[in-house]
Amino acid sequence: MNFGFNEEQELLRDQVRRFLDTNCPLSKVREIMKEPEGFSRQLWQQMGELGWLGLVIPPDYGGVGLSWVDLTVILEETGRSLYPSPFISHSIAASTLAETATDSQQKRWLTDLASGDSIASLAILDDDGPPNADNITLVGTGNGKSFMLNGEKRLVPDAGLADLFIVAFREGTSNGKIALAVVERDQQGVSVTGTGTMDQTKRTGSVKLDNVTADETSLLHCDSDTIVRLLDKGVVAVTAEIIGAAEAALDMTTNYAKERIQFDSPIGRYQSVKHRLAEIYLDIESFKSLLYYAAWTVDESPGELSRSASLAKAYASQAFAQIGIDSVHLHGAIGYTAEYDIQLYLKRSKWARPMYGDTDYHYERVATLGEL
Amino acid sequence: MDFEYTEEEQAFRQEVRDFLDENLTAANRRDANFMANWLKKVREKRWVGFSWPKEVGGGGGNIMQQVILKEEMASRKAPPLGTCMMGLAWVGPAIIQYGTEEQKQRFIPDILDSKYHWCTGYSEPNVGSDLASLQCKAVREGDFYIVNGTKIWTSLAPFASWISLLVRTSSNPESKHEGITALLVKMDSPGIEVRPIEIMAGGAVFAQVFFDEVKVPVDNRLGEEGNGWKVTISSLANERSSIGEVTAMYEKLERLKELVRKSRKNGKPARDDVGIRRQIAVFEARIEAMRLNGFRYLTKQIKREPLSSETSVNKLHRANLEVEMTDFAVELLGQSGLQLRDQEGAVDGGSWATAALSWPDVAICGGTPNIQKNIIAERILGLPKD
Ligand SMILES: Cc1cc2nc3c(=O)[nH]c(=O)nc-3n(C[C@H](O)[C@H](O)[C@H](O)COP(=O)(O)OP(=O)(O)OC[C@H]3O[C@@H](n4cnc5c(N)ncnc54)[C@H](O)[C@@H]3O)c2cc1C
Repeated sequence: MNFGFNEEQELLRDQVRRFLDTNCPLSKVREIMKEPEGFSRQLWQQMGELGWLGLVIPPDYGGVGLSWVDLTVILEETGRSLYPSPFISHSIAASTLAETATDSQQKRWLTDLASGDSIASLAILDDDGPPNADNITLVGTGNGKSFMLNGEKRLVPDAGLADLFIVAFREGTSNGKIALAVVERDQQGVSVTGTGTMDQTKRTGSVKLDNVTADETSLLHCDSDTIVRLLDKGVVAVTAEIIGAAEAALDMTTNYAKERIQFDSPIGRYQSVKHRLAEIYLDIESFKSLLYYAAWTVDESPGELSRSASLAKAYASQAFAQIGIDSVHLHGAIGYTAEYDIQLYLKRSKWARPMYGDTDYHYERVATLGEL
Repeated sequence: MDFEYTEEEQAFRQEVRDFLDENLTAANRRDANFMANWLKKVREKRWVGFSWPKEVGGGGGNIMQQVILKEEMASRKAPPLGTCMMGLAWVGPAIIQYGTEEQKQRFIPDILDSKYHWCTGYSEPNVGSDLASLQCKAVREGDFYIVNGTKIWTSLAPFASWISLLVRTSSNPESKHEGITALLVKMDSPGIEVRPIEIMAGGAVFAQVFFDEVKVPVDNRLGEEGNGWKVTISSLANERSSIGEVTAMYEKLERLKELVRKSRKNGKPARDDVGIRRQIAVFEARIEAMRLNGFRYLTKQIKREPLSSETSVNKLHRANLEVEMTDFAVELLGQSGLQLRDQEGAVDGGSWATAALSWPDVAICGGTPNIQKNIIAERILGLPKD
């Protein structure tokens, strides 16, 4: 029995923490946010050199071959730093390719993904809507070996930066069997737009497919569980980043509450302030435990992944939304200013809420899985 | 991370299961001597006082074995391992840690055998959360302390033979924690009067205890004079997984789901109601969080990493869940949720109605939610004391 991280994982955390503190403090995050791409290639390349972009990619294809628990360690820290990058999409795509692509496909794509020379994202869902197969209707017409894809995927995370996309479509008709293919950005018929969100550290976009070919070289293995598993990895990744971001917001607000004096006393002495901070601590402790377990199930107990991922995300995105609001509130007017950093966490909490399913969606799934 | 048990741990779990299979049959449970037999058998197994050292007659069980024993007992809804609840939970560990050899020999075997009940006299009419302000007074006269004052909310006082009492032997205006002394007092001592207090769910589980010139031999002092605060707040290294509570909460959640499956809301099946589905899932998330928090704290304990007051997190969860889950059940049942055990038409034997009136057992006893929040805010987050 050991529900904690091992020594290597603690070392990894220290290493990531030091790297981000040095290279991506919030002042740097703000610089990157102002770039048109909202992204720093240089930092990304460094992450690649450190092995973190290929963390879950097998060593045969340039990666490190570690687990989702290890990935969680990095994600907590990228979340804490609000590191602006396609790291979540990229990692899910890499992990999915490692599980569903043939050897030659893996050779073709994974090495570049591990080094950071190429960036991957996910064009799974058609649009805003439930993060499940109901929201996949884009059609590929063809003969089972080769398909022509037509349609649009909206709200593709990090679309503007990605060089390749894992695309989900229906074979033949909009209720046909679901299939997965890799579509490269510079393929004939692909047009991509990138756009920002309220959270300037997170980007989205759309991918239009106009007679785009998906054939044996680009089709991936896809069975009834593949899509669920892929999306559940998204749930885990987003929630892992929530932990770090929520802890950063709590730290910042706790420190402020110790320093800010009103009515001759630090505001952190007043119970409506200190008890709210205690509740936030309780919530973070709790969704952290839920998420660690979910991350462990990805590799060690896949049958439990859906329930545990849903429990973690349902709890975390609701709690984090309130943490974002209350953190700004407890700072008073200074929290409202663009210059002060706490607002960045409020925005992150809004971003994280709908990603890969909101609290309503996940609690409903928990109820269904629990035979209600 | 791994959630595996060593071969030894698995063997121990199997031993517990086999024992429960053999001793918790339906026929056994109906037997008039069931409880007496049960207590004798678990005592023979040395599962009573399982975490206590073997020298004093305990089980010497390690932390993982304690977890396994509690989990298995809770999941089979086994009866308690002894009827001397307060002795096993609080008084025994304090005697083992601070008592003299003579005290250990005098009290520990009786606690292990549940020979009689103990109670704990800490709270007073004017002293609750701020326990260190206690006023019940003891003055030393030769080989005795003379105790005057009163204790209240003393659980089991009407049935107890002994009370573990906190008294003030001196006052230091600088530190209210100093000058508190722990005494072990026989309940039939002249000058003690017990007045039972009825609780809202009915019955008298606790009482007010009055002390009028009660003579207590100095030999019955636990620990040094003035050291009573430490004697009371420190307890032996029990495992900190909350596994027993969590297992019972999961069982309650299952019963709640059963209730939803057979109830109607607004004329439709309750299980189709979005709000109800959501609420059940919220309970599940919080119970699962408790389970996993417990495993994280347990892991820290096994690795001998310092534990702060993290366990307040699960205490708070438990208090909130206890209140909300029972209230949810009663609301779902509508007017049919209002009948208590002995009233006609009571659903599930009135257990939900009774539970909805019994949450203070968990939510107030041993530190209220506000106090748990103070603990987290001050000891973990380092915010100023209020
Ligand atoms: C079922 C049951 C069994 C019990 N058994 C025993 C027993 O066997 N032996 C024994 O000694 N005691 C026992 N108690 C007493 C129990 O320990 C006290 O009730 C508890 O410590 C709270 O004290 P109080 O009731 O005086 O409430 P108070 O301390 O007066 O609190 C009243 C309210 O004020 C709040 N409050 C108090 N201080 C603060 C603060 N600083 N900040 C914010 N809010 C605050 C509390 O949260 C509470 O809501 C039992 C209680 C119950 C309910």
